[in-house]
Amino acid sequence: MNVPDDLRYAESHEWVRVEGENARVGITDHAQAELTDVVYVELPKIGAKATAKNQIAVVESVKAASDIYAPVSGTVVEVNKALEGNPALVNTEPFGEGWIFVLKMDSADEVKQLKDAAGYRQQIG
Amino acid sequence: MTEAAQKKTPLYDEHVRLGAKMIPFGDWIMPVQYSGIIDEHQAVRKNVGVFDISHMGQLVATGQRAGAWLNEMLTNNIDKLEAGTGQYTLLLNDRGGIIDDLIVYRTAPETFLLVVNASRVDEDFAWLQKHLGDNGTLENRSADYGGLAIQGPRIVDLLQAMIGTDAELPARNQIKDFDFEGIKLTIARTGYTGEDGVEVFFAARDAAKVWNAILEKGKDLGIRPCGLGSRDTLRLEMCYPLNGSDLSPEHNPIEAGLGFFVDLKKPKFVGREVLADAKEKGTANRLIAFRMKSKGPPPRPHYSVWREGERIGEVTSGSLSPSLNEGIGMAYVAAAHAKVGTEIEIEVRDRKLPAVIEKKPLYKKS
Repeated sequence: MNVPDDLRYAESHEWVRVEGENARVGITDHAQAELTDVVYVELPKIGAKATAKNQIAVVESVKAASDIYAPVSGTVVEVNKALEGNPALVNTEPFGEGWIFVLKMDSADEVKQLKDAAGYRQQIG
Repeated sequence: MTEAAQKKTPLYDEHVRLGAKMIPFGDWIMPVQYSGIIDEHQAVRKNVGVFDISHMGQLVATGQRAGAWLNEMLTNNIDKLEAGTGQYTLLLNDRGGIIDDLIVYRTAPETFLLVVNASRVDEDFAWLQKHLGDNGTLENRSADYGGLAIQGPRIVDLLQAMIGTDAELPARNQIKDFDFEGIKLTIARTGYTGEDGVEVFFAARDAAKVWNAILEKGKDLGIRPCGLGSRDTLRLEMCYPLNGSDLSPEHNPIEAGLGFFVDLKKPKFVGREVLADAKEKGTANRLIAFRMKSKGPPPRPHYSVWREGERIGEVTSGSLSPSLNEGIGMAYVAAAHAKVGTEIEIEVRDRKLPAVIEKKPLYKKS
């Protein structure tokens, strides 16, 4: 399972890429493999307030709908519109074109509480 | 539920070896998918796929009066069955509610094989046993048998590769025994996908050998091992009900649109009065099929169904249809709103999304 070293990880299987004061968020390779064929992504609204560990988006596979949680608190400033036409990007490029949204972080400190790649690798075994 | 409490079919090791994703399904641990639900679904629609159905139950009734007795326990008419044929039928409680849906085969003039849902084996057996009296013998043979559903347009090629080109295959709803390398295969031309196909039963100890032979012989035909995920999307496109989701003791077969499998001309069977009444007066609710009118989140069980601001029912099955690439489902709605063509709304989280009631089945072979 691919777990890039330059990202931080939430226990609920979202990844975070820090880009200045913003955090780009998606779900991990492990998560997409567990969810299987993604057929719909319910994106958050631009401007929505996100609270760390609260539900912010939904990823749906053929079989089930799964909640996606905000790994850090902040404001949604960008969403991945490409997923509306091609939700399978979450499966094929979970760490790349399959990103889901970007948050302007309330504070850079919360990221430090997330796992690093080694910690997340340990979590998923 | 702990892993230890889960029952494994005789093919468990084969599923794990093939990299299947295993999930709890009632008391069982079963493969939900191998290569992917959509890939497996398409394999069955275009080529052929094989499903482990060893978890399903087999009850065997024998005796001179067994047929007449079963005719009082089940809704369809067993007198229509010649030896070597089967029919879809329902087992009801005294209130006409559905305990189980099943296929009953007359394997010999006085022998009947009932293939029942995995989650209902014990309940079905207890209910039947309670009513058996001195009408014959009833055995629960579920643990003795392994079973496979092999489904898809290339089924005949596959079977001929297994048992020879001169073997006369059973016609639709027929059941026959064949020999495969010393193993007795009981092959029924039935299925749960809407494709041509068979369900095959054999001694549980032979399961791995049969499974691997089918995958090997099917290689050139594009065969896929298929899990519960594609089994569900395939049956939903055909609007075949799933017990526990679309069927339950709270609903009778008339509400579920299964009147075709209820013979009210029979003078007596469990639930008959309730069904005759339901047929005459109509039922409060009907199980309808619907299609989402736009791309969006697929419908799911328990979502509310609305029409013109009124909540008219609840979704019982829902998914993205891999064949149609749109959201489809079934729902019980108030009978007044159950007409084909009726515009409805499905409540998904905080939104109400447009859908339309469609004729069953939702998928028709082109």
